Amino acid sequence: MKNLMDESKTLEELKQELAKEELLEQIEKNRWKNYFHIILKDWRLYIMLIPMIFWYFCWRYIPMGGLIIAFKRFDLTTGMWDSNFAGFYHIQDLMFGNKAKEFWEAFRNTFLLSFYGLVFGFPIPIILALFFSEIKNNLYRSVVQVFSYLPRFVSTVVVTTLTILLLRKGSEYIEPGVISNLFYNMGLVPRTVNMMYAPQYFRAIYHVTGIWETAGYGSIVYFAAIMAISPTNYEAARIDGASKMAQIRYVTLPGMASTLTIMLILRIGDLLNVGYEKILLLANDKTYVTAQVISSYVYKIGMSATGGSYSLGASADLFNAVIAMLLVLGSNLISRKISDTSLF
Amino acid sequence: MKRMDKSEFLFKILSYTFTTIFAAFCLYPFIYAISAALSSKNAMDSGLVILYPVEVQLDAFKAVLEDKMFWLSYANTLFVTFYGTIWAMFISVTGAYALSKSRLIFRRGFNFLLVFTMWFNAGMIPQYINYVNTRNVFHSIGITDDKWVVVIAMGLAAFNIIILRNAFEGVPKEIEEAAIVDGANDFQVLTKVYIPMTKAAMATVTLFYGLSRWNGYFWARQIISNSSEWPLQVYIRRALEDKFEAINYGVEPDLPYTYDSLFYAMIVCAIIPIIIIYPYIQKYFARGVNLGGVKE
Repeated sequence: MKNLMDESKTLEELKQELAKEELLEQIEKNRWKNYFHIILKDWRLYIMLIPMIFWYFCWRYIPMGGLIIAFKRFDLTTGMWDSNFAGFYHIQDLMFGNKAKEFWEAFRNTFLLSFYGLVFGFPIPIILALFFSEIKNNLYRSVVQVFSYLPRFVSTVVVTTLTILLLRKGSEYIEPGVISNLFYNMGLVPRTVNMMYAPQYFRAIYHVTGIWETAGYGSIVYFAAIMAISPTNYEAARIDGASKMAQIRYVTLPGMASTLTIMLILRIGDLLNVGYEKILLLANDKTYVTAQVISSYVYKIGMSATGGSYSLGASADLFNAVIAMLLVLGSNLISRKISDTSLF
Repeated sequence: MKRMDKSEFLFKILSYTFTTIFAAFCLYPFIYAISAALSSKNAMDSGLVILYPVEVQLDAFKAVLEDKMFWLSYANTLFVTFYGTIWAMFISVTGAYALSKSRLIFRRGFNFLLVFTMWFNAGMIPQYINYVNTRNVFHSIGITDDKWVVVIAMGLAAFNIIILRNAFEGVPKEIEEAAIVDGANDFQVLTKVYIPMTKAAMATVTLFYGLSRWNGYFWARQIISNSSEWPLQVYIRRALEDKFEAINYGVEPDLPYTYDSLFYAMIVCAIIPIIIIYPYIQKYFARGVNLGGVKE
């Protein structure tokens, strides 16, 4: 009896499916005609889409197509389409030719700079958020928070100008900057050393100013995650006799795990995207040994006043973009596998 | 009174100390910049200025205020910020509205095209060539002011559009349906329902755009060739490059202030607008960070 019922049901379903298929076939036949009608009926919605599509096409996707000059002998006079193909000549030149040493040095610097940024820059906003959440006096906390977000709103030019002025070595005509003077007096840095011109200090300067700029602002997202944890969890932990460290370890950190994962993915995906603006403003000929990253190297070989090669620069751009994309997608994939948290 | 564990008490003390030190660390360069801009040449040269102004002079500020090029660059920055923010908001709001509608055909495809620009960046050289071409096109149609290239061709961020799209998706469907029953079309739904109902996200994104316009430097310097069209950031950097080497070798004219004070005065003038509106806007920024949950 039961089987029969099932069979009749499937028959009914089969019939329905058949009808559906026919309908689908018809829809498929008239697909483009239908799209046209839908768009015409709903034209206002599609009009609103046009500015965005136009903008992204002109100023994001055309440059992507422009990466083709990495495979061409390009100069501005012949134009992108008329210049001859050069195959993998530039990429080969960059990776194995006489530019290789400088290029791989830049690659290494990029990686190291981001890696140190991850090691030092990633935990500090989290620690800061933990401390902020511990301050129960609302007025005091908001004052401290507002002050620590402030540097995020200042331009890179202002930050680097301040850095250059504050860390100046000075000369017989002029006093050292306040901060460098402090380091000299404390004996942390020999008086003969100009920190802005010493390659061994570049990374430290870059990261400390980076923390100054972004750590306070970066703590917001973690602070929100901590605040979302129910206080009853802490109560329960206290009753079980958990110390503050144990509470952080077993309540706070698990409570903000998904936020931590997402932020970590973002950071790892960004590992090769070291902004050129700050590097170009902060570095100089003497610090390039540690400061030269791929993007500033692109500027040097592609756009500097001494006349560079656009094609060579574009090859380095292409290399950087592909690796950066693989990093984003890879880190996202891994995180989806291990924690069910992913961005895309 | 809740009994406090010893470790909790220690952690509390640590929190207060650390956050206070961090806030001071964040604030100090600003305070020093103001003090240095106000201190006399004598005080600066003998290293007396550490926290507060010594032997106050206003000549450095006066020199900046009387510098015509400085104010021209200030006006250029205002121009770029004003028009650039309006332009970016116009594109972002209309685009985000369309993307937030499930009835949009190829919606996933359009979303992908947007998100893809966050993964894959063409890089500096192709972008530079593209901007140069844009500039040539603008020149050929009679727009000779290169500020318009900066305004039109730069500054959109997929992330901001996604913030707006997510905010629009959060608006209850019933309200929109009620408006449609009343005869509203998409334009009216957007301006009368969506924009008023997502004020926080709108404010946040406007401020993100405004700030990035105000602080923009690199491309403006590459694309704008005429020095009378430079924005403020370019002007400050050029001033530093022109004078910084000179002061190390004692080639400084006899003035009541040092060149340092001049730079600090410029910096203070450049960040004053931000500091003034900052208390009002910072809560939107704090909120905005949490709005940007990227999903597809």
